[in-house]
Amino acid sequence: MLEMKGIRKEFPGTVANDDVDLDIRRGEVHALLGENGAGKSTLMNILYGLYRRDAGEILLHGKPVDFGSARDSIESGIGMVHQHFMLIPVMTVAENIVLGMEPRDGILLDERGAERRVRELSEQFGLLVDPTLLVSDITVGQEQRVEILKALYRGADVLILDEPTAVLTPQEANELFGIIRSLKADGKSIIFISHKLNEVLEIADRITVLRRGRKIETVPREGATEASLARAMVGREVLLQVEKSPAQPGDVLLKVESLHVTDDRGIPKVRGLSFDVRAGEIVGIAGVDGNGQTELIEAITGLRKAGSGSIEVAGRELHHASARQMLDAGVGHIPEDRQRRGLVLEFSIAENIALHDYAKPPDARWGWLFPDRMIDRARRLIKEFDVRGGGPLSRAGGLSGGNQQKLVVAREISRDPKVLIAAQPTRGLDVGAIEYLHRRIVTERDEGRAVLLISLELEEILSLSDRILVIYEGEIVGEHTGEVSEQEIGLEMLGGKEKTAA
Amino acid sequence: MSEIDPETSAPESPEEAAQSGTLAASIALKQRAGGLVVPVLTALLAFMIGGLVVLATGHNPLLAYRDIFNGAGLNWVFHPTTSVVNTSAYNLSQTLLQTTTLILCGLAVAFAFRCGMFNIGGQGQYFVGLYVANWLGVSFAGMSPLPHILLAVGGATLAGALWAGIAGFLKATVGAHEVISTIMLNWIAIWLGEWLFGDGGPLQNTANKTVPISGDVADSAKLPVFWGEKELQGLHVGFFVAIAALVVFWAILNRTTLGYEVRAVGFNPEAAAYGGINVPKNLMRAMAISGAFAGLAGGLDMLGYLYHFGVSDIPANSVGFLGIAVALLGRNTAVGTGLGALLFGALLFGTTHGLSSNVIAPELAGNLTYIIQGLIVLFVGADVLILYIWNTRRKLKPRARARATEAAA
Repeated sequence: MLEMKGIRKEFPGTVANDDVDLDIRRGEVHALLGENGAGKSTLMNILYGLYRRDAGEILLHGKPVDFGSARDSIESGIGMVHQHFMLIPVMTVAENIVLGMEPRDGILLDERGAERRVRELSEQFGLLVDPTLLVSDITVGQEQRVEILKALYRGADVLILDEPTAVLTPQEANELFGIIRSLKADGKSIIFISHKLNEVLEIADRITVLRRGRKIETVPREGATEASLARAMVGREVLLQVEKSPAQPGDVLLKVESLHVTDDRGIPKVRGLSFDVRAGEIVGIAGVDGNGQTELIEAITGLRKAGSGSIEVAGRELHHASARQMLDAGVGHIPEDRQRRGLVLEFSIAENIALHDYAKPPDARWGWLFPDRMIDRARRLIKEFDVRGGGPLSRAGGLSGGNQQKLVVAREISRDPKVLIAAQPTRGLDVGAIEYLHRRIVTERDEGRAVLLISLELEEILSLSDRILVIYEGEIVGEHTGEVSEQEIGLEMLGGKEKTAA
Repeated sequence: MSEIDPETSAPESPEEAAQSGTLAASIALKQRAGGLVVPVLTALLAFMIGGLVVLATGHNPLLAYRDIFNGAGLNWVFHPTTSVVNTSAYNLSQTLLQTTTLILCGLAVAFAFRCGMFNIGGQGQYFVGLYVANWLGVSFAGMSPLPHILLAVGGATLAGALWAGIAGFLKATVGAHEVISTIMLNWIAIWLGEWLFGDGGPLQNTANKTVPISGDVADSAKLPVFWGEKELQGLHVGFFVAIAALVVFWAILNRTTLGYEVRAVGFNPEAAAYGGINVPKNLMRAMAISGAFAGLAGGLDMLGYLYHFGVSDIPANSVGFLGIAVALLGRNTAVGTGLGALLFGALLFGTTHGLSSNVIAPELAGNLTYIIQGLIVLFVGADVLILYIWNTRRKLKPRARARATEAAA
């Protein structure tokens, strides 16, 4: 019913889409798969009327169409849910949905009518959300439903979902898949943009893979495997499994003992937690988000004042140390949020490389900076860590997510830390970058560093860690070496063991 | 991963700025997007609308601007001479006198800005610099010139630094917003002056106790004048100090670890803290350095040509506030601030002294500066709008091309 033929779009310096074909059938879920920067969003923005194509044509029901704006495409029955929601927090769910197409009662908004309409829609498609709630009071998952309802209210037959699971918890993602299935049963077509292979294989009927702006293939789900899709996305064989030899643990380099940490509001988040990490081993901390992981990392890195307890790095007591003291003691930290904390996006790559050591020789002497030396070092690290997309003087914010992360990793590892803390090191990255980072973490372990891995993705913990700790409400509730099942850890993450013990 | 990724670089950059969240980050973003174009457009637009105002009064805006240009002495470049008997040379020396003050007041705003803070308190910091320079210049009359000047200038600079440092301290310790605290410190400085120079005030002149004016600074504290006469408000050596301050400003920011810290905190305090930088310390220090620039401006003005200051001069003085416009127009860079100061210096002097009454009414002329200044501040604040116009213009081009190719096909 919808066809895009020979689409081409250029941006200054790059071709974002080059001769891309895509056809969407009625009532199908069509996944658009590709690495970050492969041109998925560009293609969809062209379809949605936000970008103007440079060449090619779009056919809707066999007739050529030309969308000059999102309004045109909405009128033709195309709806899009962006990664970042565009809702007005002070208005109710119903008001947000009817915004711009309000049912009227005289000159006033027909509030009741709007709510009724929204309720009908949400029941029809199983998108449960209370229309009378304020948007500021609902969860992210619910916000997404409101966005979908908004598109449906405007009569969308084709629904574009841009990386819809990126903001969702696994449970919410499952609910979303249920919604997608019921939409499909109702004859709607869904374009599902993603770079996550397992999701695509779960939900899509057909899969189109883009790489560097070109269409590689369109395949039915039957017969597609994670390995085959990954190969199409990256253009070479990808190791989805991490290869590593058994750990050879040495001395204890990080020792945390009955540590207590509170959050900004004074609520205890880490409650008497103890563990240690030895040289040459990766210790993974598994847990549901918000169980004290963030506070624990911040305490170990000196970014948050710890309460009672002790933190030792390579035998030195460093409780209450500042961030600077922790850095100097040999703690490297790949932070959870590379854009907020790991990098100064407005700084150049060279300046970001120098973020910890800008005040020390060779970068500086007596308070005077030597930019040339910073640039030399950056040039070396860019090469060594294969950071692509810019030279030493390019802005860090201009790099893609994967390269930004490589930049952070390059800086932390080049400081030769004794303890390396990796918090969500692969969040939001694509297959190629994840593969690289996982290999790198194992290499650093083999170099004799003590690696503490904190991740919300259980799969990552299981495949990388030599030892797994499970954190629940600020306490370690389980420790595993060797084989352990996902279910067992999953249960502990929810506090299961504690309950059965009680 | 592609080389330059348009999906993440172009459309998402405002978001990145929103994420890092600070004023400095978003300014830097706009700077990249607009480069030189935006400030120049901003100024041109302000001049155009100012011209419309002149037109509305029934005068010729082109003649008015020509007169301002000549009145500011900028026509001096056509027949340079060092003799201030020549009108254009005299006018230029007066323009540069204003520029001196404006450069330093502009830097006072720009430096704080680069650390993510908005220093509205340049006026107050300038005043305390003025007061301290007057006090030190009037006292110690017996000293030999160089130490006396250094003492008075140093005292003024330090006073400005301390004054702004109060706001920095409050920001760093209890999180009091610097905009609020610097505005309040302005008022404290204003009333401090009323008391100091007023009837029976400690700095009131000793000769005539009925006049609320300070004493004159001693000759030993007066700055040497290198262009013109001391009695005729000649251009003093403070001009070179201001030029040097521009270089110092640039060097601190770009070539010292202190500047690196300031910029890191300005762009992203959270990342700065992660890098091991002490954020509260930097906020305090950056505010103090900002204030030092404004205090220096006050000191140089007092020792360079004012020599005394009265209660009635206080409300008439607004160079500190003009510094905000200078810094904003100059995009908080050294070169930009220098050029912005020259523009406003020329406007200030050109409109008040150069306009012949048959071109524009004198009472309107001075206000033209304020109109243009107001417009520039407005446009700089709303430069999103100018960027928008600029970007749509750029976007329209490929669109037109796409349409052409479609038509051809």
